[in-house]
Amino acid sequence: MMNAIWAALLVGGVVHAGLSGQAGVVTRALAEGCAQAVRLSLELLGLLAFWSGLMGIADEAGLTRALARALIPVSRRLFSGVAPDSPAMGAVAFALSANMLGLGNAATPLGLRAMRELQRLNPTPDRASPAMCTLLALCTSSVTLVPTGVISLRAVAGASSPADILLPTLVATTYSTLVALVADGYFRSRLEATG
Amino acid sequence: MHLSPVPAAGAAAPAGDQLSAWVVPALVAGVVLWGLWRRVPVYEAFVRGARSGVATGLRLIPYLVAMLSAVELLSSTQALEQLTRLLEPAAALAGIPAPVLPLMLLRPLSGAASMGYLAALLRRYGPDSLVGFTASVVQGSTETTLYVVTVYLGSVGIRDARWSVAAGLLADAGGFLAACAASRLWWGRT
Repeated sequence: MMNAIWAALLVGGVVHAGLSGQAGVVTRALAEGCAQAVRLSLELLGLLAFWSGLMGIADEAGLTRALARALIPVSRRLFSGVAPDSPAMGAVAFALSANMLGLGNAATPLGLRAMRELQRLNPTPDRASPAMCTLLALCTSSVTLVPTGVISLRAVAGASSPADILLPTLVATTYSTLVALVADGYFRSRLEATG
Repeated sequence: MHLSPVPAAGAAAPAGDQLSAWVVPALVAGVVLWGLWRRVPVYEAFVRGARSGVATGLRLIPYLVAMLSAVELLSSTQALEQLTRLLEPAAALAGIPAPVLPLMLLRPLSGAASMGYLAALLRRYGPDSLVGFTASVVQGSTETTLYVVTVYLGSVGIRDARWSVAAGLLADAGGFLAACAASRLWWGRT
């Protein structure tokens, strides 16, 4: 899919330039785009490192653990098929809290650990269990508390107040998580209805 | 670098601006103080975390090159403008600024590619424009659904994703529309 989109963008651009008699622009535009990308990457690198560093402190101070503990009652309700005190439930709470904190690099391993624990309880090992679908619905729509990457990008782009997107972002991400939960509940109830 | 946002001089900043202007400074000081209180070696922990941030940033470079070169090509030949004008009526119906539409296509596929497209939008329209603001909220509030589902299910060897893809994409669609609506409400007020 990504291949098709990128190829369409690039080939479409070249064809459009050729048809509109701007073939000469292509080389210059590509060079300019690449230069922009590297300049941006270098500027962004510092801020990304700073935020990851800060999250590193928060993580070692036990933020992920504290949030996971706070999320246990919620996950017990959402994952009713999983035993409340099982390692799977703990792994799920950890995965959700790392996702909420936007711990990009740490979130994926924790998510994968939760999947491994859920797979142990899965009676159909080649099909996703309902609990897995719920976890995926939550992780793919997860409430992002501080979108540090986007704030960094806006700061580098010279926004007058880079963090001014925080509240609308929180509203939108909460809404998308609610949609995920409703959709998951609907599909799950349809499964139960058909047996 | 504008890490801590500075309100425009002379303008009386509304309450919302004060709040978001203080989130970042409060977060920075709060996390460091909390780390000290929990007896975390804050400097070492910061450096360890920052190292993984550098790795993320370096990994981003090829994606940014791929996206920004394609977008620059399309925008310098006015192809992007024509495409945007074509999409305008349909997008307006859903309350979506037309240049943000391609971002919604890229977002579930690749976080790095959509970040690259967001960077191109911020450059072209400005981070404080409605397009730039909405695009930032869209990117910040949704996830790389298809990538996450692929990696998570792939790691335990599951082939049948059941309804997880449908639920994730529905959530993205809901998030996109909510992001546009919330941006329209917030934009210009902060």
